[in-house]
Parts: sequence; structure tokens; C-alpha cells
Amino acid sequence: MKLIVALLALPLAAAASAQDSGPLEVDVVGGINAPMAIAVPFMPTPAPLPTPAGDTVQLGRSVAEVVAADLRSTGLFTPLGPVGVRAYAFPEAASPFYAEWRNAGASALVSGYVEARPDGRITVGCYLHDVSAGRELTHQGFAVPATEWRRAAHKCADTIYSRLSGEQPFLDTRVVYVAETGPKNARLKRIAIMDSDGSNHRYLTTGKATVVTPRFSPRGDKLVYMSYQGRMARVYVMDVASGAERLLIPGRVTTFAPRFSPDGRDIVFSMASGGNTDLYVVGANGGSPRRLTATPGADTSPSYSPDGRQIVFESDRSGTQQLYVMDADGSNQKRITFGGARYASPVWSPRGNMIAFTRIGGGGFRIGVMAPGGSGEKTLTDSWQDEGPSWAPNGQFVMFHRTARGSGDATLYAVSVNGGRARILPTPLGGSDPSWSPLQN
Amino acid sequence: MNKPILIGMTALALAIGGCAKKTPPVETAPPVTATDTGAAANGDVDLVELPAMQADLVAKAGSDTVYFGTDEYQLDTASQATLAAQARWMLANTKVRASIEGHADERGTREYNIALGERRANAARDYLVAQGVPAARLLVVSWGKERPAAVGSNETAWAQNRRVVTVVVR
Repeated sequence: MKLIVALLALPLAAAASAQDSGPLEVDVVGGINAPMAIAVPFMPTPAPLPTPAGDTVQLGRSVAEVVAADLRSTGLFTPLGPVGVRAYAFPEAASPFYAEWRNAGASALVSGYVEARPDGRITVGCYLHDVSAGRELTHQGFAVPATEWRRAAHKCADTIYSRLSGEQPFLDTRVVYVAETGPKNARLKRIAIMDSDGSNHRYLTTGKATVVTPRFSPRGDKLVYMSYQGRMARVYVMDVASGAERLLIPGRVTTFAPRFSPDGRDIVFSMASGGNTDLYVVGANGGSPRRLTATPGADTSPSYSPDGRQIVFESDRSGTQQLYVMDADGSNQKRITFGGARYASPVWSPRGNMIAFTRIGGGGFRIGVMAPGGSGEKTLTDSWQDEGPSWAPNGQFVMFHRTARGSGDATLYAVSVNGGRARILPTPLGGSDPSWSPLQN
Repeated sequence: MNKPILIGMTALALAIGGCAKKTPPVETAPPVTATDTGAAANGDVDLVELPAMQADLVAKAGSDTVYFGTDEYQLDTASQATLAAQARWMLANTKVRASIEGHADERGTREYNIALGERRANAARDYLVAQGVPAARLLVVSWGKERPAAVGSNETAWAQNRRVVTVVVR
């Protein structure tokens, strides 16, 4: 779906009175320890009107709540409000009383409005102000069907996050994962999809067959995953909108660990036969697989570099699970991990500068990152079992799942590559194997 | 004095908004679909477990399960004896097939454990074939760590989960 970006005209007053303070920005690295206080009051409406998603007064409240929650989730901000801060009148959206927000302790202010349009859509106006300097930093307008007001709220939060952090947006995204319920030895596993803040949750499979490792296509319109339909471990491709699914490689051959290439044309995966697992690539619409590796080791968990030229994967050809990088045609296979632990499930950052992985050592699994050459290893989490990393589209956050010792209950978490505490992504049931979608248009 | 400006903004938003109403409402989309029913479409016949035959296998062969060391897939002498007895049972019961199902304990990552379970299942399958069971009667599947037999997170439970189960199917 295309979301309309409506450029709003410049407000007047404020710009002229801008003081000469330094630029307002959050320190992405240090921000975890010193989040920026940002006021997010309820958004007013120029005229209270009904929409298919409630009236514009209520929508203004809801949009502000989602924006505040999104900003808090980045770890860079401490939102003030929307509850507990003064709601302002419509004209103030573009020209706030800066002194008031300064006195409230805010460094920045998100203002805006929600307006019903004659075509049944709504416009969400979104303004970011530097409260100390007393000036507007940016503004954007989003016209969406009223029922998709959350998308506009996420776009507003992305605008603010991006302007203040200097990073690419990532909040208007979705997550697909394995919803888990039931006892450990008879667990029901279904593919579920939701917005990255947990809303709009729904199941894509019934649970009749166990499924694992769903992963988005680069455009977010398809999934590739492994399912036990027919009592076989095999890779399937699903169209997200229709739910239609297709077996990738016909016949009774074990296929797993699938991922799309960055251009969406190919799927790289593992095929196991005769006790040996190797990597193969096949067109996303099927065809004859081409073999990429041919060692006696278990070669699995492949992930393309964002330019599509290389693949990182794990192999135990050396005796233990280690990470390797090769050219996309299977040539130039090179081991990159020598850290004394085992390394598994690597994923290449969408920015290309890092590889996230599961580090197995000391009786536990941890999520870590390193440069594609293997240098600069950093551990991001500390628990009994953290595995299955997936990157946010801006390469700043990694989602993964944490399994509890004993119960085996799994929970989705996200952590910043700059460190700090991992935060839970609430799901209705247990959750594992998250895949973060690309940014929605 | 701000009001006219805000109205201007809104007008502009409207003007830009007007040209892109093609948007299909993706979010309102699909019901849970007939997923998981693709087996027939994929040319498979769903395997049917045979509980009475399974019990007979366990009674005659001593066990339907063999166990492995951590991250290993070699068959020890006890496992070989069990599999030899299972092979005799398979040769005496020619109407059924067996799904040779490999499992791993929870201390490996998900995808690696699928590879490991396949190694284990394949080792058991090869042994059964060497004992004369026709390969066409044996199917191999790896469950990785998805279906533990014992639910604890301790060495006793892990040892019970590193296994291959011979499941009698039609």
C-alpha cells in the first residue's frame, strides 16, 4: 500500500524567533543512558467529525498515544504525555508556546492534528519542535484511510526518530514470527503477522502443521518458511495477502533455512540428503536448484549481503559451528569466526556493515554482532537462550527470541546494536523466529 | 494569525492526497486460509500412524528409539542391536513403512538441529537398509528440537531427546 505523504506549508511565527543554540539531536550511542524528554500531547482536530475509525477527537488522542509508544520503544526518548500534559488548541500545532514546554522539562515537542477529509480519509499533521531553541525542525502530513490511522502515527514517529537520531526510519514495519502455545513436548506452532508494535495481529497458518523460520521477501509481500506438512521438513513460499502457499522444491526431500535474495528473485536454502546438508539457490518461483556448497559438514542458515553479492552462512565443517562468507555463486568460501565459541544463524545487516549471529558458549546462546570480515565482535544480550536474530530495516536494532530454561517458553525481544537493555515485544502467545519487514511505503 | 496557514496546509495535503487513492487496503486483508492442506496439492499422501503396529514393534524389537551423544550421530552397540531387531520386525511386517524421525536436544540452534536430526535419522536409516530393509519402505524426517520427548532443561532430559524414533506408518 502507498501511504500519501502530504507536505504541509511552513508555519510562520516560530522560525523567526529561533535562538542560536546547537542543533537538537539525540545521541544514538549514549541515548540509552540519557533519553531525550519529548512532549507528545494529544493531537487536536480542526473540526470534530466522525470517521470509520471513530471521531477525529478520539483519533487525535490515539495517534498521540501510538507516537509516544513508538518513540519510547526506540530507547532514545522519554515521552512526556500524552496523558498528563496539557492538550493544546488546533492553531498551536504549528506555533506552540515554547516557554510552557520548556517549563514542563521537554527538550522537544511533537505536535499535530487529525482532520477528516471529504474522501473518507484523514490527514494527520505531524510537527517536530526544538523547544529550547523555540523553532520547528520538521513537519509532515499523512493522508490515510481512517482505519489505517496507526500507519500515519508510525510514519509520524519515524519522521521524528529519523530527524533527531540521523538514522533511517524503521517504526512503520511489520513482524512475522512463530506463535507458540501448549506444553513443550506438544507445542502448537503457527505463523503470525503483526505491526512491529504488536497491533493488527493475525495468524497465517492454522497450526495443523508445525512451522518454523518465517522470513519476509524484500518487498514484504511474500514469506518463505519451513513447514512439516506431509510429515516432512520442507520450504514453502506464501503470498501474505492471499495466504496461498506453494512447496518450493517438489518431492520428499528435506529443505529448510530459507531466505530471499535482496532482489527477491532467488531463495537460498539448505537441502539435507544422506546425512549431509548443503546450501542451494533456486528461483523464487521454483525451478532447478543450483548447489552452492559441497562439504561433508552441515551448511545452513544462509543470509545474503544487501548488495546480493555475498552470502554468510554457518557450517560445522571445521568440527564446530562457525560462520563463513562466500560469493553468491558459492565461490571463495572463507571462515570469519575464530572466537573460541560456536557461532550460528548469521544475518547480514541491511546496511551491509554488520552481521548479527547467535553465539553459543558457556552453556548459553547470546545475540552478537560483528563486521562482515569477523572483526569487532560485540555481544548484545545475556540470557540462557537467545537466538534467531533479524534486523530492523535501518540496521540499528536486532529482534530475536529468548527461550526460558525448563518451560521452553519463547518471547520476542528487540535490542539496539549500540547496547542497552533488550525490550520485549508483547505477543498474545509465546513467540519465536521473528522476521522484521522492510519499511512500508 | 495561525489559522489561515493551517487551512493552507490542509488544502495542500488534500491536493496531494487526491492523486493516490489506488491504495488497496492491505491491512484489512485475508482470513486465515486453507493453509496446511497443501499436502495433497503437493502430491503427498499423508502418513498415517499405526498405534497397534507401533506397540508390536516396541514389544518385538525392544524399543522404537535409539539415543545419541551430544552433537553426535554415531550408533553405539546398543543402538545397533535395537535397530537390528527393528529391521527383523520390518522384514516380518512387509505391509508397512517406517518414518525414521531424528531429534536433537534444545542446546543447538533451530536450523542446525534440523541438520543434526537428519544426520541421526539417516544413520539409523542406513543401518536398517544394511540389515536388508528395502530403502523404499523407509522415510527420513528431522524434527530438530521441535518435538522433545522429555521437557526438562537438564542432562537427563537432553539425553532422552537426542534420539531417532522409528514410527510405523501406512
